Amino acid sequence: MSEENKLLSPGIYVRIKTKDGAIIEGLIVQRYEIFDPGFITLKLKNGYNIGISIKKIESVELLNKEIEMRRGEGEIVPIFEKTESKGKEIHIISTGGTIASKIDYQTGGVKPVLTADELIEMIPELNSIAKFKSEILMSIFSENMNPKYWEKIAERVAEVLVKEPDTGVIITHGTDTLAYTSSALSFALRNIGSPIALVGSQRSSDRPSSDSPFNLIAASIYATSDICEPAVVMHGETSDSYALAHRGTRVRKMHTSRRDAFQSISSLPLAKIFPAEKKIEVIRKDAKICSKSGNLEAYTKFSENVSLLKYYPGMPGWIFEILAEKGIKGIVIEGSGLGHVSTEIIDSIKNVIDRGTIVVMTSQCIFGRVNMNVYSTGRLLKKIGIISGENMLSETAFVKLSWLLGNFKDEEEITRLFATNIAGEYEGRELLNYYPRWNHGEQ
Amino acid sequence: MESSNNEIDFRKIGLKVGLEIHQQLKTERKLFCNCPISSEEGREELFERSLRPTTSEFGEVDIAAYFEWKKGRRYRYHAPHPSSCLVEADEEPPHEINREALEVVIGISKALGSIPVDEVHVMRKIVIDGSNTSGFQRTMLVSIGGRIEVEGKSYRIQTICLEEDAARKGEDEGNISHYIIDRLGIPLIEIATAPDIETPEEAQKVALYIGQLLRLSGKVKRGIGTIRQDLNISIEGGEKVEIKGVQELKILAKTVELEAMRQLRLLEIREELKKRGLSEQDVKLSPIDVTDILKRSQSKIVRANLSKPKGKALAQILHRFKGILGTEVQPNRRFGTELADYARFYGDVRGLFHSDELPNYGISKEEVEMIYNALGADREKDAFVLIVDEESKALKSMEAVINRVKYAFKGIPKETRVAMPDGTTKFLRPQPGAARMYPETDIPPIIITEEIMKSSEKYTPQTPEKKKEYYIKELGLSRALAEQMVMNESFDFFDELVEEFKGSIEPTTIASIMLVTMPALKREGLNVELIPERSIREIFSLFARRMITREGIEELLKQLSKKPEEKPEKIAKELGLLSLGEEEVRKIIEKVVEENMNVIREKGEKAEGILMGKAMQILRGKAPGSLVSKLIREKLSEILSKS
Repeated sequence: MSEENKLLSPGIYVRIKTKDGAIIEGLIVQRYEIFDPGFITLKLKNGYNIGISIKKIESVELLNKEIEMRRGEGEIVPIFEKTESKGKEIHIISTGGTIASKIDYQTGGVKPVLTADELIEMIPELNSIAKFKSEILMSIFSENMNPKYWEKIAERVAEVLVKEPDTGVIITHGTDTLAYTSSALSFALRNIGSPIALVGSQRSSDRPSSDSPFNLIAASIYATSDICEPAVVMHGETSDSYALAHRGTRVRKMHTSRRDAFQSISSLPLAKIFPAEKKIEVIRKDAKICSKSGNLEAYTKFSENVSLLKYYPGMPGWIFEILAEKGIKGIVIEGSGLGHVSTEIIDSIKNVIDRGTIVVMTSQCIFGRVNMNVYSTGRLLKKIGIISGENMLSETAFVKLSWLLGNFKDEEEITRLFATNIAGEYEGRELLNYYPRWNHGEQ
Repeated sequence: MESSNNEIDFRKIGLKVGLEIHQQLKTERKLFCNCPISSEEGREELFERSLRPTTSEFGEVDIAAYFEWKKGRRYRYHAPHPSSCLVEADEEPPHEINREALEVVIGISKALGSIPVDEVHVMRKIVIDGSNTSGFQRTMLVSIGGRIEVEGKSYRIQTICLEEDAARKGEDEGNISHYIIDRLGIPLIEIATAPDIETPEEAQKVALYIGQLLRLSGKVKRGIGTIRQDLNISIEGGEKVEIKGVQELKILAKTVELEAMRQLRLLEIREELKKRGLSEQDVKLSPIDVTDILKRSQSKIVRANLSKPKGKALAQILHRFKGILGTEVQPNRRFGTELADYARFYGDVRGLFHSDELPNYGISKEEVEMIYNALGADREKDAFVLIVDEESKALKSMEAVINRVKYAFKGIPKETRVAMPDGTTKFLRPQPGAARMYPETDIPPIIITEEIMKSSEKYTPQTPEKKKEYYIKELGLSRALAEQMVMNESFDFFDELVEEFKGSIEPTTIASIMLVTMPALKREGLNVELIPERSIREIFSLFARRMITREGIEELLKQLSKKPEEKPEKIAKELGLLSLGEEEVRKIIEKVVEENMNVIREKGEKAEGILMGKAMQILRGKAPGSLVSKLIREKLSEILSKS
């Protein structure tokens, strides 16, 4: 490294002369690893960042200024004052995700770093709802979640609830696989005596328009309610009007980026929550109301040997056989339509079933129920031993199978339990208005 | 342009002005999504949000953002289907940057001698007044440096940025502000000059020059609200004050002049306070409750505010400040008005009175006396501030007022002010710091490649000289008209009209109506500038279709300047300006000839002139003179050949 290049390290205030003849002063800031290494990033006094090509630098002069310029010229007020909290207790378990994220100066992306404590500090309104305790259980993006992490979360929630049975629980989580985790908790924890809210955000906490304050307030209202079910609590519509608490096994992320991405599928949400009024309205008559009786039962194991496969035209049968060879014990198929796959691959599926793999059929239509009696292909599939997932969401079926294989050994028992409605995963009746109204040209 | 204030020698007071010119670009689509840049109306979606300040890397909150949040405002957004999508609704991350917009900005940079950076970084500038659904404006610095020369003087360019425009402000209803998001995301170029401008006239000339240069690129939008000027103004011994949103070039010089005057008055107030032997320590927050004194006041504002729950009247003495609060700092703005602005911003209070303006507003002489007594104040020397509102608000704003009064000893506070249509300025908020700027993590930096540099060349504005030659050689304008046109703010409108009426109207006709007829009407006192462009377009269209005459154009402009919202065709019909068909004209001429047979008998062919005059009395504006003259000649020779 030349003498001059040494001056190009982050945190140093420099005056750079370029070969174009420009003279630029600023602070060298950390450059994100994924960016082109042939440039340096300079923060100018006006707050802008610019990139300068190292090749184009004529000379660098070290300036004797401190980083104080980054503090800006404007008047700055201290962060929100802490207020006295009151009421019921809520235990926040942070797992990561956008709701708990901040700009990562290494990669330029958002990274989960905010602690639950910091979140409370940022949202003083929370203190008028409950007393908060918080912990960081893990700090990972939700795409990196897996059944082992579900176990860890379930075990931790069980511990908290055994120690403090009256405490409401909030789990902050990335949104991508939030619905899988909510399913996992719904199966793992039985007879819970407190509400469990899983919450995320679609706009990171570092922006003024973030949905995390709204969602967290809503989750806190849910966590102090008397609905004793794990629920996903997120925006109900694009406005900051109401949030919804969705039953953990019936919810799905239906949009990549909208605030109201989470919806109850072929089903109704448990409750509607109005954060501004601090009010909750129960929607489902069968929402489980907390009772003092009954002890918490925790079956927190999940098998990693389950696969979720989407059927596509031309899908070869060997995929199933390879999965079985790799030790996969349960396969959930997202079949076409009422629950079909090509007749050409039925033999392969039969082979894996015969070797002891449990195969479940769900539908890639997302809405509606699997019915393998209507067409001959379906009847064939049923005959070789494929279990119908009925109208269970394919993701939920996947989690349920993983849970069953993790906690039970007997195949018949597993098959029987799969067909049993354990955590509201089966919706008995699908009403006409459970299917959304799409836009048909109403401009 | 108005003449400068003769009392102020701007160079002597060390006036320094920097301009920030914001101009919407005319690109195919918006800066960060595929929405077209259109003001087409259509069905709209409505949604409502709130925004809250975020902490900087230092765990601090920008004060401007903090106060917006404290006001507890909610924002109702109108999202028109033709011009907005999930990106404007903050329901989808931004797409990749619009390359065309970036190239236009680089092209314009070249004309200003400004050097593009090697890599452009998109930043988020926190703005939480609701005008951006995200709570920040995306902006990027594209070029650094450069200079322009205007009337022999050189002005440095500091930076050229590309940013997204904000949403359009709608109505306020209680604590809900409405915004329309069709404008949100339209690319804007921002050109900032160094503070090299030394007089109000220079400011206006430099702004015009930059505006013309932008228009010469052919890639900027026209019309109201497409260009906005911000100003940075300071005088010697003061601080730099930001003035936002000068909408019209016409009032730019006046705004500079009145702001310089305000700053000068503030320094004079500082001197006066010194002369009185006062210092900052003499001003202490010590309000007393005077609710009882004003309980039965005749003042409506006082009564309305006292009837609020916990409504209180607080009075604060300002020892030996008599006359200071009433000092005029700008036309119709006193030092007391400045205090009232602070009370409104920090405490959301509207009922502020001060002793230099009392008795007034229904507050009686007796009440003023009683307040003086309650404060133990000397009415010959002391002043007081009176705030009537909910107690907590009143206290908060009194504190802000005291802080502002204390600042009078320093002189000119560093603030962001907003330009009013009359050229005065009003406190908007404290100046935001660099804490409000942080990287937009959804968009990776853009390397300015050779390829981008090359394709940006086509957007470099042509020089005014070249444009003038084009007008003379290609459009056939006289040198004088061409010269005037390149200096006219509406030359791009002229270009559009020429293009639209190619083959049916001579460019010279359009130019002379814009540059001769309309200014002449304006000199007569008619507000021709109020006529919307679409109406002017329609007038030319009527003329192109030979439905009105050249004279008819002038008549229509006159009428429309009085009723700018009317449709030209409707007015033309009402005034009988619509041209008559040849048959109708012939009939009228026959009648004129019949009535003047004796003149024809007497003068023979020489009667033509007289007949023409009589006929035109009836037909002016309804038929072209050439047609009238032709028909008269025909009729005349017919009669004369018979006799």
